[in-house]
Amino acid sequence: MARVLIQMPSRARRGEVIEVRATIAHPMETGFRPGADGRPVARNILQRFNCRYNGELVFSVELHPAISANPYLSFYTVATDSGTLELEWLGENGFRQLERRALQVT
Amino acid sequence: MRRGWGLLAALALLGCTAPPTLLAPPPPPQRSGFADMGAATQAMQREDGANPAMLWVQDGQQLWGQAPAAQSKACASCHGEVVSLRGVAARYPAWDTLLQRPVNLGNRINLCRQRHQGQPAWPAEHASLLGLEALVGLQSRGLPIAPPADPRLEPFRERGAALFSQRIGQFDLSCAICHDQLAGGRLAGVTIPQGQANGYPLYRLEWQDLGSLPRRIRNCMTGVRAQPLPAHSVEMVELELHLARRALGMAVETPAVRP
Amino acid sequence: MNFSLPPAFQADRRAILGAGLAMVLVSPAHSQIQGMGMAPGKQMAEAIAEFAKGQRVQTGRVKLEIAELVDNGNVVPVSVSVDSPMTAADHVLQIALFNDRNPQRDVAIFGLGPRAGRAQVATRMRLSTSQQVSAVARMNDGSLWIATVDVIVALAACIEVES
Repeated sequence: MARVLIQMPSRARRGEVIEVRATIAHPMETGFRPGADGRPVARNILQRFNCRYNGELVFSVELHPAISANPYLSFYTVATDSGTLELEWLGENGFRQLERRALQVT
Repeated sequence: MRRGWGLLAALALLGCTAPPTLLAPPPPPQRSGFADMGAATQAMQREDGANPAMLWVQDGQQLWGQAPAAQSKACASCHGEVVSLRGVAARYPAWDTLLQRPVNLGNRINLCRQRHQGQPAWPAEHASLLGLEALVGLQSRGLPIAPPADPRLEPFRERGAALFSQRIGQFDLSCAICHDQLAGGRLAGVTIPQGQANGYPLYRLEWQDLGSLPRRIRNCMTGVRAQPLPAHSVEMVELELHLARRALGMAVETPAVRP
Repeated sequence: MNFSLPPAFQADRRAILGAGLAMVLVSPAHSQIQGMGMAPGKQMAEAIAEFAKGQRVQTGRVKLEIAELVDNGNVVPVSVSVDSPMTAADHVLQIALFNDRNPQRDVAIFGLGPRAGRAQVATRMRLSTSQQVSAVARMNDGSLWIATVDVIVALAACIEVES
């Protein structure tokens, strides 16, 4: 399980636009970097990020090797109902990580 | 009145034992590497939600309360809440009585592991070691760097000061030439920083990773084509002692972000 | 020690200096890529046209925030915001980031929609050398909008070697 840093409010007013910031520990190996033996280190990147809010996809990212290691994403979403935000990262070599954060909407 | 004479005597003593480096031009006012960074990088450090170093701090928080093995104690068992270590990182490196030499914070954490948790020392730059170092360092964030006025540390600090001014490597450069004399100047379009050690361990954009002060120093030394000091050596701590004195009074920025 | 050129060379000094100057002016990116044995790859304009599916791309509505002189090309914070009410009737569907001198043109494609509330995204990207970065927004009405910034990447002055 990769370490993640997620910053978002735990409470919001209905209709409020909240910011979500998410960082995940991942090397985002480009496939261009020469290793100690001079040959390129095999590519190993995260390719997709999805944010589902009570099951509905509200934000997504297609990532490429040009995204820095320990990818950082900041985006916004409208606080509609109380529930759960599911943040999902998908990558090469079978990488998948899912984080859930509760949001209380009043 | 008596205090005044004591101060005069101390100043006189300091003057008499001045190392050769005092003959060089006095260093300019201390300037943190933070001031030499662009606004975007500064924002990365300033906001905890944007600072990648917090990934390691989170790790450290978890390790703090976790016993490393069944028969072992967690850090929290002896130290309580980590906030009780406020001010500790600001006064490192410090004297270790058993080893009869100064140790840096990373050394200290490893010594605790061996002496009080029955665990082997972590190797240099181990993620867990950095996590705890970043966590403890964070407790001193904002506090002034305050190397202890411990006379046992002096001979080690003096050796560190001498190394700082010693030309090394195929490039035949000393730390002082770039970071004291030429700091603020430009080299290939980049501002030369003073290289103050006020934010370690820190997230370095060049590494895309969190790293310790010894890692940075070793890379600098290899950069001038010199044999780098071993990470756990007493010579490394001597240099760190000099850097702590050099950064005296500057605010701790751990865990910092630097280019 | 006498450093002046022997008489035979002096007449060609200007030619030697000219050749030297030409070498210095060659873009370091090109020599890097040639050294890597890679073909130049598609141009950024081509990558943008592909994303635009042949539609016209207009300048405006998109604000691309990125330092003009970066601290380190490995981690360059970039933020894009699009002037849009983000309603069901009028919103941003996608924001795509492109570069023109990295080994590949693509950086990221963000998928938004009315649930986003605000058309603003941020991330951190790698820039191998000084180059242009473009952000292209696709609206739900099919229109495309672009902003481009020229970014300078200075190589690390002291080449740090990991030990």
